[in-house]
Amino acid sequence: MSVLRTVLGDIRLVAARDLRIEVRSRVVLDQVLPFAVLVLVLFGFALDADHRTLRTFAPGLFWVTVLLSALLAIGRSASLDATDGTGTSLRMSGLSPVARYLGRTVAVLVQLLVLEVVLVGGIVVLYGVSVDDWLLLVVAGVVAGVAVAAAGTLYGALASGLGARETLLPILVLPVLAPVLIGATRAFDDALGVAAVDGWAWTGLLAVAALVLTVVGASAHGALVED
Amino acid sequence: MSVVELRAAVALLGRFPALSGVDLTIHAGETVLLRGPNGAGKTTLLHLCAGLLRPESGGVRVLGHDLTGAADRRSVRRRVALLGHATGLYDDLTVGENLRFWARAAGLSAAEADRRTDEARSRLEVPDRLVDQPVHTLSAGQRRRTSLAALVVRRPELWLLDEPHAGLDQTGRDLVDALIGDAVAAGGTVVVSSHELDRVAALSPRTVTLAGGAVVDGPSGNGGIR
Amino acid sequence: MAEEPTITASTRDTTGSRGSRLLGVATLVGLAVLGVLAFVLTDPDVRIHPSTGDEFGQFDAVRMLYVHVPLAAMTYLAYGLCAVASLGVLIRRTPWWDVTAHAAAEVGTVFCGLVLVTGSIWGRPVWNTWWEWGDVRLMTTLVLFLMFAGYLALRRTTGDPRTVSRRAAVVALIAVLDLPLVNRSVEWWENRTLHQQSTLGELKIEDLTLFTLMLGFLVLGMVLAWLLLHRFRVGWLERAALDHSVAAAIAERRGETPDEELRRAVGDSPAAREGFDENDRDGDPEAGRP
Repeated sequence: MSVLRTVLGDIRLVAARDLRIEVRSRVVLDQVLPFAVLVLVLFGFALDADHRTLRTFAPGLFWVTVLLSALLAIGRSASLDATDGTGTSLRMSGLSPVARYLGRTVAVLVQLLVLEVVLVGGIVVLYGVSVDDWLLLVVAGVVAGVAVAAAGTLYGALASGLGARETLLPILVLPVLAPVLIGATRAFDDALGVAAVDGWAWTGLLAVAALVLTVVGASAHGALVED
Repeated sequence: MSVVELRAAVALLGRFPALSGVDLTIHAGETVLLRGPNGAGKTTLLHLCAGLLRPESGGVRVLGHDLTGAADRRSVRRRVALLGHATGLYDDLTVGENLRFWARAAGLSAAEADRRTDEARSRLEVPDRLVDQPVHTLSAGQRRRTSLAALVVRRPELWLLDEPHAGLDQTGRDLVDALIGDAVAAGGTVVVSSHELDRVAALSPRTVTLAGGAVVDGPSGNGGIR
Repeated sequence: MAEEPTITASTRDTTGSRGSRLLGVATLVGLAVLGVLAFVLTDPDVRIHPSTGDEFGQFDAVRMLYVHVPLAAMTYLAYGLCAVASLGVLIRRTPWWDVTAHAAAEVGTVFCGLVLVTGSIWGRPVWNTWWEWGDVRLMTTLVLFLMFAGYLALRRTTGDPRTVSRRAAVVALIAVLDLPLVNRSVEWWENRTLHQQSTLGELKIEDLTLFTLMLGFLVLGMVLAWLLLHRFRVGWLERAALDHSVAAAIAERRGETPDEELRRAVGDSPAAREGFDENDRDGDPEAGRP
């Protein structure tokens, strides 16, 4: 029990560190968030600002935007341990890789959820969608966020410290997130009432994906950051 | 008891054999000065002893652990302090937040962490007004003191200091020397790599000279530069 | 398949051996026979609709399946091998596993690419489309291909070779989680795929057709084995060459040590030691700092 308490404490410590750094540096808030809104606007331009088209494809455009923005947020959070010897200090510190992984995943998740909230506002205002099922929207958004954060944190650590990591991260993590994109889009199709699919079933699949990615990430992280 | 025991230790940085076969024994309570030209392998030797590198070949035992095993390296790492060239601090966090984070990361309770960070700060004469300043606003010397304070908090058994005097003013350098004295007095072992031979000589260390990734003055070292 | 770990770059200058040459010749003959059987001797798939009397079926397109299906099977095999070898990398850390994992991933990705291409060519006349977005097996196979494309990209990055090999192993182990999805997708998502369920178990296919398909498995298995063998040997030779250069570098680095005279001087005479430190300071950009 006390081991669990220690791990939970360490997870909180790591998550608080990352979030505090974000609050101070505001990289996600000042750079990633505007980027995400910009992508939504670009989709609008590209699809010729046709409200019907935009409404129909809003779920897919939403999640593609989340994934693209998440890449930036993930790269940023992975870079925290790649500067000023902090990565070495972490290895020397005795913090368990599992706590380091889960703590960072929580921090990335919080940032993704903020991003999602802003983007939901974006598709409501810019694409003219209306939400049919708020509960489904929130649950699917959180569960898919967990999946993206779990995979992103793992692959962020995987690419860090290697040559060309900025370009390596997308090609490694996006194929893994492809199923998440499909599931989350279908769930939002239902929640936004643009297609007749069973959103809850897709949310269930998303939950399985989130669980698998988190477990794999937590167990593989040690092999990546420690040695 | 020997704290560090290297037998024909080879360590690679990528494909480069930074250590080409080091024989070295360091006993508990010793102060060792590592010297040698740039590229001799001093930093790599410290990293190897810290458990950050997997030895390519040869025998490496530190604090009773054989460092070929990943689990052993992990156990060694938490008992060792390594002061490297980088600060090891988060630039966007304040001095106080950094110290508290690294204390908590070492497994200290919140209360104990606060007590020890206060202690370490006063030992390293980090003024109170800096506590709430982000690290990126600090001067190089103040950062170095903060890095050292973060290590003092952990009360390590083995200190590995890579050029600890670099970038410090006179007071700072005196503090580093005092700190080494503290560590030895507390029963710790200290390995210092330094070009400041005169300064370290005052601590009457054993001198070990590295060149070409190997010790050139014999496994036991000579009498030093007393 | 492994060579003796003691081989050096100088003792072998070819990836061929008597065995692999024999295998290569047999594979070429097998491919020729398979070609004749698949494209000439077997019948096209033509069926007559029981009520309307119309002809239907895959016609000549079915011939592609003699290659497509075995290619898919060999892709599983290669990626499976890569997964096993990747586990070996993480647990045993020996170069043998690492070279095997890399070879299997590379050959597997070539096979996986061919599966997608042959499938697409087959799908054009049969499904009336090059690409079917709704097909689960197609999607999972594409994702598999992309994940291993990432794996190979990771392999080519600069970084500590040991770090790269461990990280690649993690990527491979995650990527092969997709394998069962590819394989079972036809059963799990019956109504979301145009792929047909396996008909092999029930022997619905006729004699010559079945024989040709089986020969396809055998011959493409031989192609896989031949490619793996050579790719492994190339990797092993590269490794041997690098080890060789590291050994030389260690020897050379030890030679950097000042000559015997200076060595003695450093040990014995304070004056010489001072001189040594002088040199040291000259070479140190930070030496002049206050």
